[in-house]
Amino acid sequence: MRLGLVIDLDTCVGCHACAVACKQWNTSGTSGPLTDESPYGPEPSGVWFNRVRHFEVDDYPHNKTVNMPLSCMHCENAECVDVCPTGASYKRAEDGIVLVDHDKCMGCNLCAWACPYGARELDPAEGVMKKCTLCIDRIYDAALPEAERQPACVITCPARARFFGDFDDPESTVSRLVRERAGQKLLPELGYRPTNTYLPPRTAPPVPTDDVRRAQPVTGVEAWIPAPEPR
Amino acid sequence: MGTMPDFEDHAAQEVKYSTCYMCACRCGIKVTVENNRIRYIQGNPDHPVNRGVLCAKGNAGIMKQQSPARLRQPLMRKPGTERGAGEFEPVSWDEALDMLTRRLARIRASDPRKLAFFTGRDQMQALTGLWASQFGTINWAAHGGFCSVNMAAAGLYTMGHAFWEFGDPDWARSKYFMLWGVAEDHASNPIKLGIEQLKRRGAKFVAVNPVRTGYQAVADEWVSIRPGTDGLFALSMIHVLLRNDQFDRDYLLRYSNAPWLVVDTPGQKGHGLILRDEAGKPLCWDEAAGAVADASRTDIRPALFGDYTAPDGRPVRTVMTLLAERYLDPEYAPEQVSGRCGVPAEQIERLALEMAHVAFRETIEIPCRWTDAYGRQHDRFIGRPVSMHAMRGISAHSNGFQTCRAIHLLQILLGTVDVPGGHLAKAPYPKPIPPGIKPARETAPDTPLSGPPLGFPTAPEDLVIDAEGRPLRIDKAYSWDAPISPHGLMHMVITNAVKGDPYPIDTLILFMANMSWNSTMNTRGVMDMLREKGEDGEYKIPFIVVSDAFHSEMVHHADLVLPDTTYLERHDTISLLDRPISEPHAPADSIRQPVLEADRDVRPWQEVLVELAGRLGFPAFTREDGSRRYSSYQDFIIHYEKEPGIGFLAGWRGKDGDQHLRGEPNPRQWEAYADNGCFFAHHLEDHQKYYRFCNRDYLELARHAGWVGSTEPIVQQLYSEPLQRFRLAGEGLYDGPCPSSPEHRERLTRYFDPLPIWYPPLEHGRIDEQAYPFHAITQRPMFMYHAWDSQNAWLRQICSANVLYMNRARAEAMGIPDLSWVWVESHLGRMRVQVKCIEAVEPDTVWTWNAIGKQPGAWGLSTDADEGRRGFLLNHLISELLPQRGDALDGMTNSDPITGQAAWYDLRVRITPADPGEAGTWPEFEPVRPLPGAQPSPGEVRYHSHRPVRLGRSLWDVLTRRG
Repeated sequence: MRLGLVIDLDTCVGCHACAVACKQWNTSGTSGPLTDESPYGPEPSGVWFNRVRHFEVDDYPHNKTVNMPLSCMHCENAECVDVCPTGASYKRAEDGIVLVDHDKCMGCNLCAWACPYGARELDPAEGVMKKCTLCIDRIYDAALPEAERQPACVITCPARARFFGDFDDPESTVSRLVRERAGQKLLPELGYRPTNTYLPPRTAPPVPTDDVRRAQPVTGVEAWIPAPEPR
Repeated sequence: MGTMPDFEDHAAQEVKYSTCYMCACRCGIKVTVENNRIRYIQGNPDHPVNRGVLCAKGNAGIMKQQSPARLRQPLMRKPGTERGAGEFEPVSWDEALDMLTRRLARIRASDPRKLAFFTGRDQMQALTGLWASQFGTINWAAHGGFCSVNMAAAGLYTMGHAFWEFGDPDWARSKYFMLWGVAEDHASNPIKLGIEQLKRRGAKFVAVNPVRTGYQAVADEWVSIRPGTDGLFALSMIHVLLRNDQFDRDYLLRYSNAPWLVVDTPGQKGHGLILRDEAGKPLCWDEAAGAVADASRTDIRPALFGDYTAPDGRPVRTVMTLLAERYLDPEYAPEQVSGRCGVPAEQIERLALEMAHVAFRETIEIPCRWTDAYGRQHDRFIGRPVSMHAMRGISAHSNGFQTCRAIHLLQILLGTVDVPGGHLAKAPYPKPIPPGIKPARETAPDTPLSGPPLGFPTAPEDLVIDAEGRPLRIDKAYSWDAPISPHGLMHMVITNAVKGDPYPIDTLILFMANMSWNSTMNTRGVMDMLREKGEDGEYKIPFIVVSDAFHSEMVHHADLVLPDTTYLERHDTISLLDRPISEPHAPADSIRQPVLEADRDVRPWQEVLVELAGRLGFPAFTREDGSRRYSSYQDFIIHYEKEPGIGFLAGWRGKDGDQHLRGEPNPRQWEAYADNGCFFAHHLEDHQKYYRFCNRDYLELARHAGWVGSTEPIVQQLYSEPLQRFRLAGEGLYDGPCPSSPEHRERLTRYFDPLPIWYPPLEHGRIDEQAYPFHAITQRPMFMYHAWDSQNAWLRQICSANVLYMNRARAEAMGIPDLSWVWVESHLGRMRVQVKCIEAVEPDTVWTWNAIGKQPGAWGLSTDADEGRRGFLLNHLISELLPQRGDALDGMTNSDPITGQAAWYDLRVRITPADPGEAGTWPEFEPVRPLPGAQPSPGEVRYHSHRPVRLGRSLWDVLTRRG
């Protein structure tokens, strides 16, 4: 199994629901609590597994705003795992999820430097590196209704821009979407083979107008005044 | 996959359903609780509004519940201290309510108008309005006057429903969607779900907005329009449709007043009114008979166009003739309006024709037998799959009402209202145009009003003015200043009360309204007014009561603070009697139930209102022997009936809970809701789903449910006769009240056009536009919009200080580097803020996020928090009055002259680089003091509801696998 996310940039409106849902679930989850520093003071900052960036493409008036949620890509060649000196970072053989064993992590930050996607966050209170687990404490929880055995970010997404599934299964929703929508990996040139895949914005087909354009435009109401009824 | 530990102790967890309160969407939530702490708030998958999804705000409910700004106990301003000094002392609820009861009883026994009761983000207006009405004060309204009354009023005076709460695009079928203006909270999740549906089906999404963020970011096409010119853009598209003969003739003839005859006698009484028969029925011209005929007859051939002569000899013209003549005029041609709108003529023309193509060449037909209100049988629903949505960006201008009417005109000409693929009403709408309720006017001691304080005037006789034409309401709603103001003018209450114009008041009660900060214009001025004293040394507003759940800036200015619960600690109803959660094909309502027990000495505001109503002996709340009729809010909701069988909640009525929509009170109704996910939805049958303004079976259901009084067809009003009556009054040609002052006459004559017009926003006409070249507007980010409290510890990490966004090329041309400091100056004042250059804004517009800036120390934030030091409010530059020019309009509200809608987005500014060395946000505001008993805000939060169950890596795995 190769579990991961598909994120649809065509419908992502950048609302941050996924990021906050992630924070909410995981602060009481297996990696929790997710520390917040200066929560009511200057420059508040905390541990988040998923952050939404906003980019602009092209110049006015041809510009487009692109919202880009970023979390762990659960790479097949996970450099963050390779550089870990203690064996705390690992990629599960069963499903490809990249995790951190908190007891083995010494908070050296090497993995964070190795990750080009900015997906790892050091919990300042614990001195432990934390990251997206694909909500491993939800997806295997048989006590949850089956429809809810998904990452919190996927369940909550109001634009239905997030999909979770097995990329090894060609019939899964994620595999089908990647095929049909020409899914893209981020920074493929680095060779980390990220699992998470982004669907590029679509372009709506042009709407024809020739069939509703009059060769001789109406210029006055007279055009529509009915001829008087014959007496 | 190996064995997994039990991460969650499900046996120790409890799941409860309720309704979110982070904004006005009111999504269904499913809350998991353990150890009396929230484990997880998620969307209720079965809920009609959000279908399982939840926005960033809803997901941050835990931090709302944890907020150190939560009020903990009733507070009194400390005797001998000044209002706004922030010195309070705790009082018991008994003391607080005794004192308030005494004061209110005295007011009620003398002049009930001396109580002004205004509610902010009120989601129970049916209760607060009833309470005010029973008290006997006409001085009640919620916040609609400074929010979106233009949208509600334009919709209800044109098509019988309105954008957002009272209607939605047909997301499932629409093929073309035009979104006008900022709309990120009206609505939140429903629009996001809708946009996804549209895009999945390949529908086109066009965004009309000076700013391209949020929903606009994913639009297929962006119209980067100048603020306040949307009406001109809409009317120009109507021009294009008419020029190309693209309008829905059958729809207009059957369902609108397009064929009605209008009297054409300029300069005479009766000019511009609809020609009616003796019974008052509108007349049209029957081409078959060559004579006038009752326009509601179906056995005639009504003329859509033409000039005719009425039986009494007066010349008459059809509505459609007037409409076509007006908008065919070259002044509405795309090339004429292009410069002012900042939209290329080609784009205006093309978009109009694209919509015509989708409406008329991609028509939907749904086979279905249905009967219209005239008794005609139909075998299909014809759908024109073009839909629109508009909200704040249109609303918050002084030309917003007419602009919104122009958009509705476009929708109706395309035949898209309440048809498959178009814009659909949501129950209890559609209602008669306008709804038949009139605002109450007369007040008397110890006497309830004869009706609700708010209603829908159709003629000058309905105004709430005295015999001399002076306003009777403190906000001057329904006066000549703003004759059709069905949500009141909350933004004028403090200014008017302090001036004693039209009269001084005794007590101001504010619920959940931050009227000294982000919900007011002229922030500094209003803060001063709240503290202003008369020569007698008394405050101009003698007593201010604030009910809120959090330590807002307004709490700081209260004399009595009544602490409310959070949304997770209370019972509530989201009722079909006011602002329900209906979906187009599922009339629905819902409740809140406590998920957690409050750990503070706080009471839900609705409970306090029922208590006060009992203490004050309101007739509707007491029995004949004077004893209390209702023991609690829950008891009130169960037993109160507006009319027999109709109460606040429509589901599970009847003694046994087996009746829906109408039925006797059910003593176990709350339990029934709780057992059903806290909502009720009635699913319409297929033949009731469209053309409901004229769908017999739907209208019969609506009458049964109490949403309409009759099953008469609701005829869409392209031409608004009520507006014409007011215009005639302005011209002195009305048999009834007419204004006496020239400025009122001029405003009525100019703005009360029965067909939509465009005019420049009022502020622009009273300043030197060259001197203030920029439009300045605000949006609220999706992760905070309408979040009504905080700053929430999680959400503020996404944004804790705002900047002023400028078009990059424009800023470069002005020598303003990215992230530099500039002065922003309006006619009212100036401020220094930091600039961020972006592409996504129209070059003549600057904008910022609203309500990020806070008064230091409020909302549980430290006094050095970013919101108070770096964040800012544009409100400081916006006046509640029109720019001063030394004329009769100097004291006039900065609002739409028809509805009184606050004109936030009319603001014009000039921008100049700050001098080298000048940096930092200015003005600065004095810090708010902590409240007694407030717990200090923590320096670190590590929230969790249980100890984490870790997942470890085995030593074997470390040794045998590298990765």
